[in-house]
Amino acid sequence: MSTNTKLQSQVLGIPIDTIRLLLQVLIFVSVAGAAISSRLFSVIRFESIIHEFDPWFNFRATKYLVTHSFYDFLNWFDDRTWYPLGRVTGGTLYPGLMVTSGVIWHVLRDWFSLPIDIRNICVMLAPAFSGLTAIATYALTTEMKDSNAGLLSAIFMGIAPGYISRSVAGSYDNEAIAITLLMATFAFWIKAQKQGSVLYGTLTALLYFYMVSAWGGYVFITNLIPLHVFVLILMGRYNHRLYTSYCTWYAIGTLASMQIPFVGFLPIRSNDHMAALGVFGLIQLVAFGDYVKSQITEKAFKTFLVVSIASIVSLGLGGLVGLTALGWIAPWTGRFYSLWDTSYAKIHIPIIASVSEHQPTAWPAFFFDTSFLIWLFPAGIYLCFQELKDEHVFVIIYGVLCSYFAGVMVRLMLTLTPVICVCGGIAVSKLFDAYLDISDLFTGEVVEEDSKKKGSKKKPASSATIFKILSKVLVLTSFAYYLFYFVYHCTWVTSNAYSSPSVVLPSRNPDGSPTIIDDYREAYYWLRMNTPEDAKVMSWWDYGYQIGGMADRTTLVDNNTWNNTHIATVGKAMCSSEEVSYEILKKHDVDYVLIIFGGVIGFSGDDLNKFLWMIRISEGIWPDEVRERDFFTDRGEYKVDQSATETMKNSLMYKMSYYRFHDLFNGRDGIDRVRSQTIPIANAPELSVVEEAFTSTNWIVRIYKVKDLDNLGRDLKQVSAGSKTKKSRIIKKPKISLRE
Amino acid sequence: MAKPKTSKPSTKTLGELRSAATTTYTNYVKSLTPRTKLIDTFLAFLVTLGALQFVYVLLIGNFPFNAFLGGFISCVGQFVLTVNLRLQYNEQNFSLFKSTPERSFGDFIFASLILHFIVYHFIN
Repeated sequence: MSTNTKLQSQVLGIPIDTIRLLLQVLIFVSVAGAAISSRLFSVIRFESIIHEFDPWFNFRATKYLVTHSFYDFLNWFDDRTWYPLGRVTGGTLYPGLMVTSGVIWHVLRDWFSLPIDIRNICVMLAPAFSGLTAIATYALTTEMKDSNAGLLSAIFMGIAPGYISRSVAGSYDNEAIAITLLMATFAFWIKAQKQGSVLYGTLTALLYFYMVSAWGGYVFITNLIPLHVFVLILMGRYNHRLYTSYCTWYAIGTLASMQIPFVGFLPIRSNDHMAALGVFGLIQLVAFGDYVKSQITEKAFKTFLVVSIASIVSLGLGGLVGLTALGWIAPWTGRFYSLWDTSYAKIHIPIIASVSEHQPTAWPAFFFDTSFLIWLFPAGIYLCFQELKDEHVFVIIYGVLCSYFAGVMVRLMLTLTPVICVCGGIAVSKLFDAYLDISDLFTGEVVEEDSKKKGSKKKPASSATIFKILSKVLVLTSFAYYLFYFVYHCTWVTSNAYSSPSVVLPSRNPDGSPTIIDDYREAYYWLRMNTPEDAKVMSWWDYGYQIGGMADRTTLVDNNTWNNTHIATVGKAMCSSEEVSYEILKKHDVDYVLIIFGGVIGFSGDDLNKFLWMIRISEGIWPDEVRERDFFTDRGEYKVDQSATETMKNSLMYKMSYYRFHDLFNGRDGIDRVRSQTIPIANAPELSVVEEAFTSTNWIVRIYKVKDLDNLGRDLKQVSAGSKTKKSRIIKKPKISLRE
Repeated sequence: MAKPKTSKPSTKTLGELRSAATTTYTNYVKSLTPRTKLIDTFLAFLVTLGALQFVYVLLIGNFPFNAFLGGFISCVGQFVLTVNLRLQYNEQNFSLFKSTPERSFGDFIFASLILHFIVYHFIN
């Protein structure tokens, strides 16, 4: 906002406040416009399609919600996943996202008579909410400094790639609305804590409830707000405002969070939530102590303090340990441990470690995701330290905690980005406050004029003014450049890195024109059209949601990963020899096996590259039958060429991947383009327990049908050895390759 | 809130604590107004109610666990909300909260309504 018009109360006859409001609204509209439009790359380049893996489940659940009633949705037992176990889906999901889009769908249809396809609502939900996130960030930052900083951080938040990565159009994931709610909850919390208002405390609790319903990351709020209060108490900054706001939030928020079926009694049972309860107890005692302190002498209070602290600490610790030992309070979850000990997951829970977004962050990612804000972040934190009011403590704690978490897990970059934007907004606006303030130039000139009259010291004064102007211009232009560069960088990152749906892959024709590789949908559509409706499809868990969402077939495991043993079973089926696998396949009624193979086209995210995780996970359950070492060559290399081990060559995964691979090379040695290894013709696998059912255009998806038991009770190997009628199929080598 | 702890062996500290407790208590009684008296009676009632439920759980069992939780938390929640109201009614705190008693009472009603709506939902 213009600072030099403050003196006048009117501009062009309109009160300055009206103009300011108008400008703010205008800026908000353009921020929301920028935030939404920069997330539409994927829709424009590809189409309005749901991305990646988890969103497919959310999409499927949303479809279920709008076609059934809300109660059906909550009681939904899904027998089409985790065959034969099934999944109590209604009780094991966070319904916030689906309910939000369901409500929007109903409102648009029933009130505005706009029958929009639910898919389009799901695709557009994340961009729409990103506009709201910008407003919530504005509210939060305004509490920290002023509305200038708020507006800056709003635009930062709107286009920072760290947040865009999870909220492009089509990325219909819990995080899409969760970050909005996170920022809104924090903004209301700061307001409540500042004013000690019960009203804002209640609103914080309600938003917290919404957050709990939307994302498992709500635990972050559950711990951050108590930590904030705790630190303030330790700093000796207890006041009644803190009491009113925190107690209101905790009492209502905790009760509300227990209404979500998936959360249930966790808030009083699990250690993740105990900090909040502990601080709740503590603040009662502190409030009481505060009252007593105001009534009695200091010396008496000291004794009182010592006695009560000793008894409370011993009671509390004893109670916590005792209850955990008795099994009343659940110990911390694996994901929590892996936050502190980065190698914990690798040792104990390979399934958590196998997810790429649970890997530690590489340092360039910080710059990549936040551009120049990453070095303004410490500056913002420093400015917070300088003022250090209660609300600044919050930003500092948030920043410090999240920097650590983001370093441990790539995925938590998402929670760091908002605080980086807030701090960046504070730092830049402080800088602009200092350098855009040209009022001292005018006062300088007055001094100059005075000195002119006196006729002395003329030169030094004017040169000082010039230097002043020069330094201002220099700093301002460089920051204007940085801001410009930031927008440029964000747009570039968004369009290049984060806008791929990963269901369809971008590629180029031999003549250079862009095209897309659509193997996934081709294969899923084939499944949908050519297999019986109750066919069971086995695949690695990554593709479970997609098969459920696009092919509508029953899967054994999916991205929910709630049952490690079941996943290990699938892993074992993939990495064992045909005979062993066949038994597993038959036991689980598997009709089709689906694998991803990128060797032909050079798609690196294929199953052979994930194979080691399958081996590791199944080794965790059957250490006697599956050994990771057997899959490595003597020199400890992971090879698929002629030096591949026997175990590797006999594994079902290897056989299914390279089955008929050599036909592409006219019966000569084939070249795997992902692993850059030659597959000798001698390795060409024979399959006896499954038969090829479908292979997509570019060979990315291969589907095999599990053969029935032989009518004569023979071994399937003998059967296939007996009848060597090789089905011949014209195989055309795809011309295009993956654009990396 | 609970009475200050008076279960430590050393007689000197015991004496000090006792005197502290009595001063606090007398000061407290002196500062009572009809309005705060009403609030405090309500608070005592809530504490008793919560304690009764807790005793019930200890003696008989927590079978409808959500019903117990709903009842217990409604006591605790109403308790802290009422304490909030009492803090905001206190004239010394007016400058701290920057709100009028009427506004505080409105907030109190709003928060209590939300709380009891959720409790009602929770106990089925």
